[in-house]
Amino acid sequence: MKIHEYQAKEVLSRYGVSVPRGRVASTPGEARQIAESLGGRVVVKAQVHAGGRGKAGGIRLADTPAQAEEHARALIGSRLVTPQAPQGVPVHKVLIEEAISIAQEYYLGITLDRARQRDVVMVSAMGGMDIEQVAEEHPEAIVKVWIEPWLGLMPYQARQALYDAGIAREAVPTATKFLLALYRAYVSSDASLAEINPFVLTQDGQCLAADAKLNIDDNALFRHPEFNEYKEESEEDPIEAEAHRRGIQYVRLGGDIGIIGNGAGLVMSTLDEVSRAGGKPANFLDIGGGAKADLVRNALEIVLMDPNVKGVLFNVFGGITRGDEVAKGILEGIRSLDVRVPIVIRLAGTRAEEGLALLQGTELIPAVTMQEAARKIVEVTR
Amino acid sequence: MAVLVDKNTRVLVQGITGREGEFHTRQMLEYGTQIVAGVTPGKGGQEVLGVPVFDTVKQAVQATGADASVIFVPAPFAADAVLEAADAGVRVVVCITEGIPVQDTVKAVALVRQKGVRLIGPNCPGIITAGQCKIGILPGNIFTPGPVGLVSRSGTLTYEIVDLLTKAGLGQSTCIGIGGDPVLGSTFVDLLPLFEEDPDTQAVVLVGEIGGSDEEIAAEYIRTMHKPVIGFISGRTAPPGKRMGHAGAIISGRTGTPQAKVDALRSAGVPVADALYEIPDLVKQALASRT
Repeated sequence: MKIHEYQAKEVLSRYGVSVPRGRVASTPGEARQIAESLGGRVVVKAQVHAGGRGKAGGIRLADTPAQAEEHARALIGSRLVTPQAPQGVPVHKVLIEEAISIAQEYYLGITLDRARQRDVVMVSAMGGMDIEQVAEEHPEAIVKVWIEPWLGLMPYQARQALYDAGIAREAVPTATKFLLALYRAYVSSDASLAEINPFVLTQDGQCLAADAKLNIDDNALFRHPEFNEYKEESEEDPIEAEAHRRGIQYVRLGGDIGIIGNGAGLVMSTLDEVSRAGGKPANFLDIGGGAKADLVRNALEIVLMDPNVKGVLFNVFGGITRGDEVAKGILEGIRSLDVRVPIVIRLAGTRAEEGLALLQGTELIPAVTMQEAARKIVEVTR
Repeated sequence: MAVLVDKNTRVLVQGITGREGEFHTRQMLEYGTQIVAGVTPGKGGQEVLGVPVFDTVKQAVQATGADASVIFVPAPFAADAVLEAADAGVRVVVCITEGIPVQDTVKAVALVRQKGVRLIGPNCPGIITAGQCKIGILPGNIFTPGPVGLVSRSGTLTYEIVDLLTKAGLGQSTCIGIGGDPVLGSTFVDLLPLFEEDPDTQAVVLVGEIGGSDEEIAAEYIRTMHKPVIGFISGRTAPPGKRMGHAGAIISGRTGTPQAKVDALRSAGVPVADALYEIPDLVKQALASRT
């Protein structure tokens, strides 16, 4: 789960990570009040998940509370177009923060290194830039230390990484405390990514998280009730949000052929096969293992919520999932939903014959193999 | 011989009294797997489908000599269950449970590796040696004994491919679903050497997907193998940054792209199928070139 900058800063400061003073605003009036209470110059920052906000005009400096209000009015309700979100993301809130006097900009990151099967801490003196670009052009400028799973980040490792990265020597003691606090926040929140970019050394020698990114491991949300209030805001697409409310794995992809299958790998291969046949998948939808008729009906309803969908392909290879349950779900969907698009169905594995028998006499188009199914759905939607 | 499990493997089921645990215990017994014990804390002394239930894995191992365990316990307790099995001295642990927090898995995997215990999963369909032993949730009826080994990051895709192989007259030795999580007890490189040494396996099908670099690392090892490997990568049309069901299947930044994986495998001499239906022919060609 991605959370917003202001939420990340709330979490981080609970663990002793220093952040600039500030508060979030949902209206221009609130923005003005917050700017007044902070005093002096402030920064108005659009709260969206996409990176590259600065270049897109999502971060604005205000000299007066009136100007802060003006910036907030321009941002709230607008769509921010960034390189990472070319279609634009809506801005609902802005973070109002005191402007800080930057002496140096660095980078700190903690994430999972899959290949080494442990977390890695990354430190770089080249902060404030796109870190992936730094990694590509100056890999030596990113210092990495790997964390022993049963020990955690040791103070010496933090120090060593900061010295090796070339952080100003006089700042290293403060930066070490900052990095250890960041690691505590990362572990305690079950984060999958904690990134401070830029990590700022101010002119008066403080270390501050000017920006903060925190992603939470979805699998660990059950033990973090404190993140429940962040959940609503984490969804960008309304259909994805509805699917997740119903416990369905759905990702919108933008094409016009709805895809429903069982198992992530099989569904991904189905998308590949439809693309090979010249079609454009509208979505990824995995009904998982052992799906009952009700879930299948729900899945069909979710896929049809996308107005671009011109046809739906079911591809189910039953292991624990039973073909007759899938067929019942589809029939129920056709009865209760207003289905106006063709449906191609490929059923194999457990109780597939029974399932296909149930579907006889309907307008559904059967297919024997995945390949044939992909070809047929592309033909009928063309 | 086979890879990791065969008809002599003695299996215990952690979480046997749960709905999933009991359902799949029945399926495994029907396949012929020797299920010798079940474990559910607090339910020791009961029986499920004629299998004795114990309170702890240690008791179950001592009483029955179980040497493999399969885990069906809910995600919040699954890493603990893995550690309990490893501590009790079983040789192979298969963790079916989906949705375990990554930090829990990281700790459990570090410890089982240190102990030399072979963990398959988590979030996996399990392992099967065709005609001998099935541990997990794979549908037994599609497998038939033969010379093809299979190791895969995906469950249902494995069934699809096994079905194609079986229909093409190509039986299987051992098939392992390694799981869809970002951190796994066994990756391709951990398991390929076992297939390389297994006299029952003549060729191996490797089924990868987007995300991570396990396929690229595997490609390096495959250069040193004598047995042919055939590859397939799913998720070729997946957009970057989107999580496609499997927590591990996500393209982030410049790593984990399907093309990088296909290229790495091909440059190691691995024929990579562009579509699933091409796999049986590639396997036949590989087997023919060996004799």
